[in-house]
Amino acid sequence: MALKKCAVPFAGTAEQEKALYAVIDEYKSVQGALMPVLQGAQEIYGYLPIEVQTVIAEEMGVPLEKVYGIVTFYSQFALNPKGKYKVAVCMGTACYVRGAGDILKKLKDSLGIDPGGITPDGKFSLEDCRCIGACGLAPVIMINEDVYGKLTGDEIDGILAKY
Amino acid sequence: MFRSHVLICGGTGCHASGSDGVMSALSEEINKNGLEKEVGVVKTGCFGLCALGPIMVVYPEGSFYSAIKESDIPEIVSEHLLKGRVVERLLYRETVSADGIQSLNHTAFYKKQKRVALRNCGVINPENIDEYIGADGYQALGKVLTEMKPEQVIKTVMDSGLRGRGGGGFPTGRKWDLARKLIPDADQKYVCCNADEGDPGAFMDRSVLEGDPHVVIEAMAIAGYAIGATQGYIYIRAEYPIAVKRLRIAINQARDYGLLGKDIFNSGFDFDVDIRLGAGAFVCGEETALMVSIEGNRGEPRPRPPFPAEKGLFGKPTVLNNVETYANIPQIILKGAEWFASMGTEKSKGTKVFALGGKINNTGLVEVPMGTTLREVVYEIGGGIPKGKAFKAAQTGGPSGGCISAANIDIPIDYDNLISIGSMMGSGGLIVMDEDNCMVDMAKFFLEFTVDESCGKCTPCRVGTKRLYEMLEKITSGNGEMEDLDKIKTLCEYIKNNSLCGLGQTAPNPVLSMLHNFKDEYVQHVKDKKCAAKVCAGLLQYSILEDKCIGCTACARACPAGAISGKVKEKHVIDRTKCVKCGACVEKCKFGAIIRA
Repeated sequence: MALKKCAVPFAGTAEQEKALYAVIDEYKSVQGALMPVLQGAQEIYGYLPIEVQTVIAEEMGVPLEKVYGIVTFYSQFALNPKGKYKVAVCMGTACYVRGAGDILKKLKDSLGIDPGGITPDGKFSLEDCRCIGACGLAPVIMINEDVYGKLTGDEIDGILAKY
Repeated sequence: MFRSHVLICGGTGCHASGSDGVMSALSEEINKNGLEKEVGVVKTGCFGLCALGPIMVVYPEGSFYSAIKESDIPEIVSEHLLKGRVVERLLYRETVSADGIQSLNHTAFYKKQKRVALRNCGVINPENIDEYIGADGYQALGKVLTEMKPEQVIKTVMDSGLRGRGGGGFPTGRKWDLARKLIPDADQKYVCCNADEGDPGAFMDRSVLEGDPHVVIEAMAIAGYAIGATQGYIYIRAEYPIAVKRLRIAINQARDYGLLGKDIFNSGFDFDVDIRLGAGAFVCGEETALMVSIEGNRGEPRPRPPFPAEKGLFGKPTVLNNVETYANIPQIILKGAEWFASMGTEKSKGTKVFALGGKINNTGLVEVPMGTTLREVVYEIGGGIPKGKAFKAAQTGGPSGGCISAANIDIPIDYDNLISIGSMMGSGGLIVMDEDNCMVDMAKFFLEFTVDESCGKCTPCRVGTKRLYEMLEKITSGNGEMEDLDKIKTLCEYIKNNSLCGLGQTAPNPVLSMLHNFKDEYVQHVKDKKCAAKVCAGLLQYSILEDKCIGCTACARACPAGAISGKVKEKHVIDRTKCVKCGACVEKCKFGAIIRA
C-alpha cells in the first residue's frame, strides 16, 4: 500500500497555484467536475498533496473528506511525488503469462526499491501497473511515455542506463 | 493525387515498437528524394498483427511490410517507392509464397477474419474526419435523422440481434427501448460509452478508439436520437493516452462539421459528446460504478434496480454501451438488420473482436464471426503456440471469466456456449496458456487482481476474495490440505451469490473453472506438494548435481540463507531446511549444476 501521508514537505510555486485556479474555474460550473479537476491538479503538481486537496475542496465547495475519499479510491491519484522517471511494469495477464514477474524482480534488484518506492536521488520511482494494452509486445514496461516490449530481463540495466 | 500511399500503424502496439521513428524517417527520406507530391503517408489505426510491429502497407500494390526499422526506410524508398521493386526481405513472411506475393487476405491470420467493428482500423487516418466520411462515415447518422423514426432505429437494432460486447451480452435494442419508454417525460436523458476497458489482456476497445474514433461518436448520436438524449459521455481509461487524444480530435472535428452540436443535418436534433477520464479503478467498468464516477464520486457500484434505463447518470434515464457495441451500429443501420443477423450463431449474431495474447505466435487483434471455434482462433489465425509447446488452456473474460481447456477447444465460441462450459465472453481478451503455466498460480493471479480492485463496499467481495486468495496461497506454498479444495468451492459460491455488483459476482469464476478443468493439478499441489509447471516457488526443491558441481563456491556466496555448504573444489550441498527457495544460486551457477524440480 502506498503511504497515505506525504513524506516530503509541500513546495508548490505561485505559478502552479495560478494554473490550479484556472483549472478550477474551467470546470466549476460543470456537472461532476471533481474528477477532471483532480486530474488537472495532478498534471500540474505531479501528485496531490493535502494542501492542494484543501484548495480544491474549498474552491469547489465540497468537504475535504470527500476529496480525500476520491483521491484514495483511484489508483492513479498519487499522494506522494513520483520520480523524475516513472518506471511502470505492466502486470496485465498477457504480460504476466510471459514473465512480467521476473521483469519486476529484476527492476527491484537493479533500482533497489520496491513497487511504490522512489530512489533516494528522486530519479526513478517504480510501480506495477494495470494492463496498458500493449499485449502484443508482452512483457512490457513503461518509463514515463516510452514503452519497452518483448523483454527478457537482460535488457533492463541497459534501458535504465539511458536515463 | 498521390500515385502511392504508405499506411503506417500508429496504434499503441506499433507505437511502442517505434512506429513514430519509422514514420519520421520515412517522411524525411521521401522529401530527400523529392517524392512528397507523389507519395502520401497516412498514420492509421491497428492492423491487428501487433507482435510484428511496426507495420507498414504500401498501396496500390498492397505490400505488407512487418517489423520495420528506421534503417530499412532508405531501402524501401529507393527500391519500392522510386523503382517500383517490392523489398521482399521485409515483407510479412506469410504473404510470400512459392508462387509469388499474395494478398494479405489470403494469409492464415486474415483469411478467417471478418472485419465489421474493426472495418476502418488500419485503413483510414483516424485523425482526419474526411477519411471517415469517405468510408461511408456519418451516412448512417444522416439516414437515421432524415429518414427514420426513433422507433424504427430501435427496431432495426433489435432485429439485428446485436448483444452487448462488453461481456454481459444484453440485447442492445432492448436496452435502448427501455431507455426510450420507461420514463417518457424525462427532461434529460444521457448516452454513455464505456471505454474503461480494464480487463487485463483486452485491448479491442482501445484499438477501435485509436483506429476509428468517429464510429463511436456517430453511433452515440444515433443512440441519442433513438432514446431522446442530447448529451453523451465517453468514459475512457487514462491509461490509453493515444486513444484519448484521437477521440478529442475527432469530437472537435465533428463539431466543426456540424455533426455534433445543434440541429444536426437540419433535423432539429441536438447532440454533443464529452470525454471523462477514468483514474485507475477496475470497478468503474461496472455500469453503476461508471456513472457514479462520471458524477465525480468514488466509483462504488450501487444495487440494481433501478436500472440505468430508468435512473442512471445524474438520476436520469441512461443508455450505456461499450465501444465495440457502438462500432457495429452504423453498419447495421446502413446494411440492415438481416445482413448483421446473417453472421454468427442462432443466439449470438455478428462478429466478435478478440485480443489474442499470452503464449501464442500471432499476438494481436482479430475479429471473427460468432461461432468460430477456439481451435481456429488459436491454431489457424493465431499461428499456434510458440516453441512447439502444448496448448493447455485459454482464459476468456479476464478476471471475471474462466478458462477453456483443451477438451473444449472445438466448441463454437458464442455467449451461451462459453457460459455453459463455465467461462464467459467477457470483453474479448483471450489469453493462451501452455504447459509452462500453472493453473493454481493463474487462479491466484486473477484473484490478486480482484482483491486489489474490490472497491470495499460489500463484505462478500471485500473479505471473501481476500480469504479465497489466502487459501490459494496456502496451496501454492505447500501447506494445502484436501479439505481446502472443498472450502474454496463453498466460499466461491458464497461470494458469487452475495456480492453487490458484477465484479464480486464473477470474481470466483477463474478459480472455479480452473479447479473444475484442472482438478488433478490442484490435487497434485496439495497431496504431492508438487507444481508440474515449476511455477509455484514454494513447492520447488533445489538440489546440486554432483557430477556437474566443481566446487567454485559461487552458489554458497550468493545464498542469502546460508543453506549451501561445501569446501572449495569440493561438491556442495543444499540444506533444504534452511533453503528459502529464492533461486539466487541457480542464477549464479555457471555450470548448470543446480536444478529445481
